[in-house]
Amino acid sequence: MNKQDSYVTADGRTIGATVMEMKNITLRFGGVTAIKDISFDIREGEVRAIIGPNGAGKSSMLNVINGFYHPQEGEVWFHGERRHAMKPHQIAKQGIARTFQNIALFKGMSTLDNIMTGRLTHMNSGMFSQMMWWGGAQAEEVANREIVEKVIDFLEIQAIRKTPVGRLPYGFQKRVELGRALAAEPKLLLLDEPMAGMNVEEKEDMSRFILDVNDEFGTTIALIEHDMGVVMDIADRVVVMDYGKKIGDGTPDEVRNNQAVIDAYLGVAHD
Amino acid sequence: MTNITTAGALDTVPRLLARNAKVYADKAAYREKEYGIWQSWTWAQTSEEIQALALGFLTLGMKEGDHIAIVGRNRPYFYWAMVAAQSVGAVPVPLYKDAVAEEMAYVLDHCSARFVVAEDQEQVDKIIDVMDDLKTLDGIIALDSGGMRKYEKSALFNYRELQQTGRDKKSELQAELDKRLGDQGPDTTCVMLYTSGTTGRPKGVVLSNRNIIETAKGTCEFDHLVADDSVLAYLPMAWVGDFIFSIAQAYWSGFCVGCPESQETMQKDLNEVGPTYFFAPPRYFEGLLTSVQIRMEDAGPFKRWLFKTFMENAKDVGPKLLDGKSVGLVERLKYNLGKILITGPLKNTLGLSRVRVGYTAGEAIGPELFDFYRSLGINLKQLYGQTEASVFITQQRDGEVRADTVGTPSPGVELRIDDNGEVFYRSAGSFERYYKNPESTKDTKDPEGWVATGDAGFIEKDSGHLRIIDRAKDVGKLKDGSMYAPKFVENKLKFYANILESVVFGNGKDNCVAFINIDLTAVGNWAERNNIAYSSYQELAGHPKVYEMIQANIEEVNASVAEDEMLSGCQITRFLILHKELDADDGELTRTQKVRRSVIAEKYADLLDALYDGSTSIFTETEVTYEDGRKGEITATLEIRDAATYDRKKVAA
Repeated sequence: MNKQDSYVTADGRTIGATVMEMKNITLRFGGVTAIKDISFDIREGEVRAIIGPNGAGKSSMLNVINGFYHPQEGEVWFHGERRHAMKPHQIAKQGIARTFQNIALFKGMSTLDNIMTGRLTHMNSGMFSQMMWWGGAQAEEVANREIVEKVIDFLEIQAIRKTPVGRLPYGFQKRVELGRALAAEPKLLLLDEPMAGMNVEEKEDMSRFILDVNDEFGTTIALIEHDMGVVMDIADRVVVMDYGKKIGDGTPDEVRNNQAVIDAYLGVAHD
Repeated sequence: MTNITTAGALDTVPRLLARNAKVYADKAAYREKEYGIWQSWTWAQTSEEIQALALGFLTLGMKEGDHIAIVGRNRPYFYWAMVAAQSVGAVPVPLYKDAVAEEMAYVLDHCSARFVVAEDQEQVDKIIDVMDDLKTLDGIIALDSGGMRKYEKSALFNYRELQQTGRDKKSELQAELDKRLGDQGPDTTCVMLYTSGTTGRPKGVVLSNRNIIETAKGTCEFDHLVADDSVLAYLPMAWVGDFIFSIAQAYWSGFCVGCPESQETMQKDLNEVGPTYFFAPPRYFEGLLTSVQIRMEDAGPFKRWLFKTFMENAKDVGPKLLDGKSVGLVERLKYNLGKILITGPLKNTLGLSRVRVGYTAGEAIGPELFDFYRSLGINLKQLYGQTEASVFITQQRDGEVRADTVGTPSPGVELRIDDNGEVFYRSAGSFERYYKNPESTKDTKDPEGWVATGDAGFIEKDSGHLRIIDRAKDVGKLKDGSMYAPKFVENKLKFYANILESVVFGNGKDNCVAFINIDLTAVGNWAERNNIAYSSYQELAGHPKVYEMIQANIEEVNASVAEDEMLSGCQITRFLILHKELDADDGELTRTQKVRRSVIAEKYADLLDALYDGSTSIFTETEVTYEDGRKGEITATLEIRDAATYDRKKVAA
């Protein structure tokens, strides 16, 4: 199969061309090699999962994808351009949004304000205009608020709109974080363990939201997850990592039957 | 625009709409909070939206007499769908949105529904699940098509797209629509509502335009409801009350119907809308009072003192002022000061500050509870009604409000009590028939139009007020021949904040026993304040301290039951606290939250036996149904306790 051909999945979604390509990535922290010579791609409109045991280098990989880490070796291609080391504000503007493994929200601010911060990169009015609440700033806030309200409606969190997020239960905080990422209207959405610490019902809700985001807005999603059941249910393709190396890549079924993957999860003696 | 309005021809709901679109063109008809902002539609806009949908319905080939099911939460779009269905001569059948697929299948099959207007993926999925068995169903119209892009499209339509199709084909189809509107009259079926079915399968109650409009007319005049009033529509659309308040009375008077943003935001939305006309079941008022009490217990001493002082004064003065009785100057000044400091702000927080007419019904309401709201200056009254009567049978007149009666007959209602104590009524609002069920119709409504309510009660000689004792079929006799009315005792028990629900048994036995459900909010809060640790509902319910507290409540009730001449035999001798909350998903309650006594007796037969055989504890396994329909099992060992009973004569002396 030619990788650049777009195709339609069994459930009717269109998977397009490659949006991001990792070529022979190696990432080191001093003497520790976190990622060793890994290559894979992410295609438009797909749900791409990265799995692996603890310490496999999954979160580091996510940080390479969003540009927070720049690999010592290898190339990252995003939308047909080779990526160079970037400053944080450049990282923020490239259209990749993410959520964090251990929720990183502004605890004292309301749900609404937290999600509103997701719109920051879309605000262009000057400081003076914002201070005076005049002209461009006002129109901009109204437009951005409308987008945020649609996100709130989508995630069904109207009832906690004005509640400080520090007072919300864990499952809702996770949802608010997803909301903030969605508000940025990202081309690529990165989710770092979106189901961690959730009960079955919360996982089902979150899975539904992830699939709906992908389905409704056509957002490309890359996610790290520990819960195999969830990954196998919602991902189109899965990359499996172990000790910084890629040991498997393919559809959930292919990965499930891959001997190296089975060994990594069930455990065998390492050289 | 349709021009069928002539004076004196306001005999169908679509004709009321046409009048409102003219007379109240620029007045708000519907409001809904969406995207954090209140959106509103004037009567003129509403009329246009409904017409567009009605035309859209015509393009689907909807015929006169078709049944159109409507399932979703209270949103303007679904109220429009009801009136649009009526406009093309079809019969709207609103369903309970939290009904499981098989319950829905029964109703859809029974009424041979041709189309369903559904809210979103959740509802559509349920219908698709059962669609293969529904031969008559030709299509689903979804308001929110989110998540359904990959669904098979041939029988799935989008609400707004359908409206657009209707608008596009207006020139072709307007004549047909006008003809259908013109053909309707007072005898045309206005709506079909399924009763929640305390016993057996739900029955489809057919209500004609005459039933609905005569009821709306009489009751709007009774309470002086006008176009400037407003309501918040938050109760299930499948319930007759919502149809009467949010469509019949709203269209008759031209007042505005507000719809909350979601079920969870209802309290906030209520506060923002500030309705002038408000209905809630006793359960709601109880929950609200419990939350106020919990918050007051957490408040500082000064605030508690303020609350106590002014509430005491308000309890005395508030009801008197509402009833127009005279009050001393000092008391009146104190009441007004309280209004500024306590009662006013409290009313505002509860969202009830503008309520001019408030009703509660469905269950008996505790006198303290009732007085609390009346002392705040809220004109809360009781009514007695049922689906078959288009709600209203009796209601309380301003100035004649009491906690223990349900008032005098509503306008145009005749009342009669038969020899067994059962209440019968005859009115313009009484239903036409049960759909496809002539037998039940005959059993309930006699040829002269008298309808049996199934409730036992009596009319007070002095005041003419009706008092309801219990369901007629639940009233029985104990072994010694004294009267047994479980509801009478259950209601007394439920007035305690700790007790959410109780089920009393004893027909044909020596004495009465009870199952108790604790109120998790109230008891949980009490446990927190008293350092009682618990990890689950079950553990809290079985805690010895909780048992002690409930036992004290039961013994107080026994003392009060002992004072009643007829019913003193109904004192509770033994009880247990159930390890799970009674739930509609398990079939233990109806969807309107009424106890299904026989189901519970059957399901917990082991517990019931244990209550009578003298054992002090019992091990039991119970099947529970989760929201998604899966089943599980819980086990528990329940303690059974004796409660002290009182001799009637001793108390009387």
